[in-house]
Amino acid sequence: MVKPAGAPTPAETETLAFEDVAVRLGGRSVLGGVSFEVGLGEVVGLVGCNGAGKTTLVRSATRSLRPDSGEVCLAGQSIRELPRRVLATRVATVPQDVHVPFPFLAGELVLMGRTPHQGLFGFESAADLEIAREAMDRLGIAHLADRPVDRLSGGERQLVLFARALAQQSDWLLLDEPTAFLDLRHRMDLLRAVRHFTRAGGGALVVSHDLGGVARICDRLVVLSEGQVIADGEPHEVLRPEIIHRAFGISVDIFEGPDGRPVVVSRLA
Amino acid sequence: MKHLTPTRFALTLSLLAAFLFVVVVFSLGMGPSAIEPGEVFRALFAPVSPDPVVDIVRGIRLPRVVLAALVGASLACAGVIFQALLRNPLADPFILGVSGGAALGAIAMISLGGALGLGYAAVAPAAFAGCLLTLLLLYFVAGRGSRVSPTALLLTGVVFNAFASAAIIFLASAADMLDGSRIFIWLIGNLSAARLDAAPWLAGFLLIGLSCALLSARGLNVLALGEETAEQLGVSTDGQRRILLVASSLMVGAAVSISGLIGFVGLIIPHALRLVLGPDHRLLVPASALGGAAFLVLCDTLARTLLGGRELPVGAITALLGGPVFLFLLRRGEQSWIAPGGSTR
Repeated sequence: MVKPAGAPTPAETETLAFEDVAVRLGGRSVLGGVSFEVGLGEVVGLVGCNGAGKTTLVRSATRSLRPDSGEVCLAGQSIRELPRRVLATRVATVPQDVHVPFPFLAGELVLMGRTPHQGLFGFESAADLEIAREAMDRLGIAHLADRPVDRLSGGERQLVLFARALAQQSDWLLLDEPTAFLDLRHRMDLLRAVRHFTRAGGGALVVSHDLGGVARICDRLVVLSEGQVIADGEPHEVLRPEIIHRAFGISVDIFEGPDGRPVVVSRLA
Repeated sequence: MKHLTPTRFALTLSLLAAFLFVVVVFSLGMGPSAIEPGEVFRALFAPVSPDPVVDIVRGIRLPRVVLAALVGASLACAGVIFQALLRNPLADPFILGVSGGAALGAIAMISLGGALGLGYAAVAPAAFAGCLLTLLLLYFVAGRGSRVSPTALLLTGVVFNAFASAAIIFLASAADMLDGSRIFIWLIGNLSAARLDAAPWLAGFLLIGLSCALLSARGLNVLALGEETAEQLGVSTDGQRRILLVASSLMVGAAVSISGLIGFVGLIIPHALRLVLGPDHRLLVPASALGGAAFLVLCDTLARTLLGGRELPVGAITALLGGPVFLFLLRRGEQSWIAPGGSTR
């Protein structure tokens, strides 16, 4: 993608942009030139089947992985030019799960979200504590604060990791399969918190293969198949039987839900 | 929400420091001639005078107690750092074979250094080099990319320990050191032959290691959750890890070069303190240093006094205590630390 010269356009100043990102892992092309943008104030869903390259794309946005070509840009600047600590104040990640080998408390884990705002030694300020508390309240997990993380269920731990990302107070949130281990109620809590985050001015990229849940809260859906974007648009534009067949290899029927949003029902036969 | 406050930090460390002081006074009083704590105090702070009690306390027992404290603090501190970096509560300089590597380096220098015209001063650097090489080897053998498999790590440690012991015996035989107990000190840690002039070095390296660990204590917390998490939270892992590995190697190398292979201090102390204080490294690192110092002073007091006139190597005491603790931890943590793939999810 060629960028026009001159002053940055408004879109450029307010987006997390994947620009022709290509990644090869183990000699295999995982992402073959992916381009799309996540603006502030919007929830973008990234859907695709297992192995479509979704997680790889997220990792390229946190500099855990360096694309073989292409760039990930924040407000027009390549993230490779940003110090890690600065990047962590702009983009926060909610990983699928994390193995915690020591008995850290859930509250301590959430407070670690303040790391990029602090030095490597020192104590948390009253403001840090307030931010962490607020993040946990928002997800309804304040009561977990003093429990060791390794004693929590997978779903509870996922919410704690989400609270940690909120405590980072970043402009963008990347969520990798955030609803995988959650029951229905917590799934709604989490999706509502994502909405709240974007209404307050943030941008969110939600990676999922759960078409039903994600489609409900996304302003836009990007469909990834075999390392390529095959559709990018509003849910009702993207959720079409032929596109889903291409991405997931299944036949589906699309209905209109009570809220006017599309509902995807897969056919068994 | 529970978290580390300055008050809790200061209070805990003051209590541990007071405990260390009590242990030191107790240890100074123990020996062939028992001395009352009051007398120990008097002797400690008395002006230099030809007083037998002052001689015993300050001349004979104090140097050994100081060295025990420094070695204990260094080993425990290195243990905490290894455990955080390798994300495994079973990591300990002795179990991983890192102490063995240091001892091998030291003994190679003692037996071969003469031929190269290098004196006793080269022993500590050789121990440090042995230590660092072993760590690199561990990462090379047990790690794939940035991920270190716990099983491979422990197995590599076992193998390397056996190899180091054999190589030490081989070198010692070749250099005619098998007579008497000179070889003994390297195979099982012992403080009886320790020299006081090593104390400033030991203290210096401990200070360097401790400062590095303390200055990046929050980084250690985050690194314990894995490299990718640390990066997502804005901590650059490579530089951090390199500094901490070198710092802990300095501590282990210095400790081993004067006391030989004292095992399990780096395992027991951090584990016990983590149970009581929680895993936050801002507190756990300095607490382990103080706790390790007190623990080794106590063990060495036992080693000096348990068999009346005869000395036990202090390494035997720590191993007798540490072996069961290790097995207990291994059994309890089976699923999360040992199971293949347990390191990632």
